[in-house]
Amino acid sequence: MTTPLLEIDNLSVDFQLPDGTVAAVKGVSFDIRAGETVALVGESGSGKSVSSTATMRLLPDLARTHGAIRFHGEDLLAATPRRMRRIRGNAISMIFQEPMTSLNPLHRIGAQIIEVLTRHNKAKGRAARTRAIELLEQVGIPEPERRIDSYPHELSGGQRQRAMIAMALACEPELLIADEPTTALDVTVQAQILQLLKSLQARYGMAILFITHDLGIVRHFADRVCVMRRGEMVERGSTAEVFANPRHDYTRMLIDAEPRGGKSSVEASAPVLLEARDLRVRFALKKRLFRPSSYFEAVRGIDLTIRRGQTVGVVGESGSGKSTLGRALLRLLKSSGNIRFDDSDLSALDGTGMRPLRSRLQVVFQDPFGSLSPRLTVGEVISEGLRVHHPELDRRQRERRVIEALEEVALDPAMRQRYPHEFSGGQRQRIAIARALVLKPEFLLLDEPTSALDRSVQVTVIELLRNLQAKYGLTYLFISHDLAVVRALADTVMVMKSGQVVEQGPTEDIFANPRDAYTRELMRAAFVDDAA
Amino acid sequence: MLSYTLKRLLQAIPTMLIVITISFFLMRIAPGGPFDGERALPPEIEANLMAAYHLDEPLPMQYLRYMGNLLQGDFGPSFKYKDFSVTELIMQGFPVSLEIGGLAILLALLLGLPLGVIAALKRNSTIDYLVMGTALAGIAIPNFVIAPILALVFGVLLAWLPAGGWNGGALPNLVLPVIALSIQQIAYIARMMRASMIEVLGSHYIRTARAKGLAESQVIWRHALRPALLPVTSYLGPAVAGIITGSVVIEQIFGIPGIGRYFVQGALNRDYTLVMGTVVFYGALIVLMNLLVDLIYSALDPQIRHDD
Repeated sequence: MTTPLLEIDNLSVDFQLPDGTVAAVKGVSFDIRAGETVALVGESGSGKSVSSTATMRLLPDLARTHGAIRFHGEDLLAATPRRMRRIRGNAISMIFQEPMTSLNPLHRIGAQIIEVLTRHNKAKGRAARTRAIELLEQVGIPEPERRIDSYPHELSGGQRQRAMIAMALACEPELLIADEPTTALDVTVQAQILQLLKSLQARYGMAILFITHDLGIVRHFADRVCVMRRGEMVERGSTAEVFANPRHDYTRMLIDAEPRGGKSSVEASAPVLLEARDLRVRFALKKRLFRPSSYFEAVRGIDLTIRRGQTVGVVGESGSGKSTLGRALLRLLKSSGNIRFDDSDLSALDGTGMRPLRSRLQVVFQDPFGSLSPRLTVGEVISEGLRVHHPELDRRQRERRVIEALEEVALDPAMRQRYPHEFSGGQRQRIAIARALVLKPEFLLLDEPTSALDRSVQVTVIELLRNLQAKYGLTYLFISHDLAVVRALADTVMVMKSGQVVEQGPTEDIFANPRDAYTRELMRAAFVDDAA
Repeated sequence: MLSYTLKRLLQAIPTMLIVITISFFLMRIAPGGPFDGERALPPEIEANLMAAYHLDEPLPMQYLRYMGNLLQGDFGPSFKYKDFSVTELIMQGFPVSLEIGGLAILLALLLGLPLGVIAALKRNSTIDYLVMGTALAGIAIPNFVIAPILALVFGVLLAWLPAGGWNGGALPNLVLPVIALSIQQIAYIARMMRASMIEVLGSHYIRTARAKGLAESQVIWRHALRPALLPVTSYLGPAVAGIITGSVVIEQIFGIPGIGRYFVQGALNRDYTLVMGTVVFYGALIVLMNLLVDLIYSALDPQIRHDD
């Protein structure tokens, strides 16, 4: 066997925090051979990013590293800072999860690419610029001669990630560390970026260390897998072997955590709960004093019928208008067209008129970190709606309802005295669901409620939503870009693109037999074929 | 850019109207009048004076008259400095105030920015604590305390520098007032620069810059400094306002013939037109400075382009 390109040998990383030492990585070993792809898999907090950042020696000063990281046999942990700077961006380069913030916003992308070339003496002056244009072309940025002078904010998220890749590849590295490079991107863009990485890998013959939480990507992308959990490596092996025959319980759980199951449709005679006709939402782009303002139409004439007990899944990429649609239905945004809820005409109601109905129409948002007020205890967050909608309840009765709601979402009611920041993402999302449930709603708008959660946590939240629906006959509008989750939860699917519905119908039909080209592209990109 | 500037200037009109109106009526609410001296004037003479300056008219009339004159660029005559119009007084005082204020801003930037950067780079070190502790003291101690102390120590006890006076703007006379005026701003700017530098150093694109293999000095000079300057740039508008407010006190303490001193004298003497004149002039100056700051900001940050 040839010597590995990179060899991580018994690596440990501790963070020296004011209130003690936290062990982020505990004695992890693995290696990467030239030209191969190794995936480092795990959920948030598993230490996978810390391990890869340690390889580049880019951890903050309060981190203490032990063990050895050998690159071509040279221990990087013992290398001088000067030597490390020669390696970074040159022999080993890195791309990151955050395409929106990883490029300097004040420099043109060309300058940022040329900077690596000149730093490592690969090219300078005109030659560097020519090479930068060539790189931009290789990563598939249209009109590279013009785009080289763009600022990052003038590019889309996918294009920025392409520019990052161009920068990382500039010096033809032997190892590319890709830290969740597609997590922040839409699925179709993700598929393109993965494709791009594959073809560039073939072209440059580089090895890739791919850090991800997404097993779907690993299965399609990696030669070998290392599974990490709480700083330890629980399993490693070839991708095929690990997926076919997971030895460790945690790996098995991760693989099983792919959302499964489905929901049967409600009867066609079920009463209509929420109905919209020709719903349109537009945003003013520029307000002008004496000329007509220009508008962007985010939702373009959508018709929608939701029956009692139904779960309608709305899928689409970012910017497709799916969240706007949800908010307009609840009259959280101004819209034109007709909205009927049960027997009231929502479109005719103003804010005050809507208020009595609000307890029946509730919402759970995507961001479990931003959508709970940090200054209120969990009990106060949950009971706030009761104060508004049920002023007749006294303190004790409210308290009882809060306890019931927390028990309903499987949280310890004693937690109601605590503040949101003390909870994990999954727990917060449960709190958000309890907050909605306490008002005993009939309709719940679920706007990407599981997107910020790890897969294993996602599964439990999906299970919870399913049980609550069965118990209380709830009706859901479930907005998500994650087809696997929608497939598990919705009985009807609506595919949105640019503010319009491109396809809708029963979930199984759409997944088995997508008619629209865009739907097919979405599904191919999300690897849904092998999730079932 | 041009139409943005014009739009901003148009928006300044209501701001200025409010400033003028409020200060006009505030001034009149203050008890006393311009001709109340230690010796009361004979009633006929006072009545004549009042009539000459239209002070016998009802207040709304006076207000309209003042606005009308202002529109024609006429600040009116000073009530106390009989031979001068307010415009003449402002034009006399402004170069002096500009010199002191401009030097103070310059000093604040020249000291505040590097101090902030050093504190950020040596975060949680002795240097950091020293700079930030001093800055906190600089913010906490008002300039009307600092100025007399400076004058006492360096002007009287050590006698290195003149304790007051203008002397035609000779350098030794400038030192103490400029320092007194800028200390608070140095402190603010240093603290702000430190905070924004620390934030930028923790950002993703700085991580990217390091991952490219750049030396730390390149990371700081090329990638961190300009973005860290942005919040400080937007503070320059309020900083100018702070310097102007400060100069009112400092000019008085050091006996400097700038606008600030006219303002104080005018307020004490109920010299309505002089006070109004300085208020309007400084109000307009602050509005202009804020516009200028926003234009500088957009030049520094390509994400903000005023192209409409």
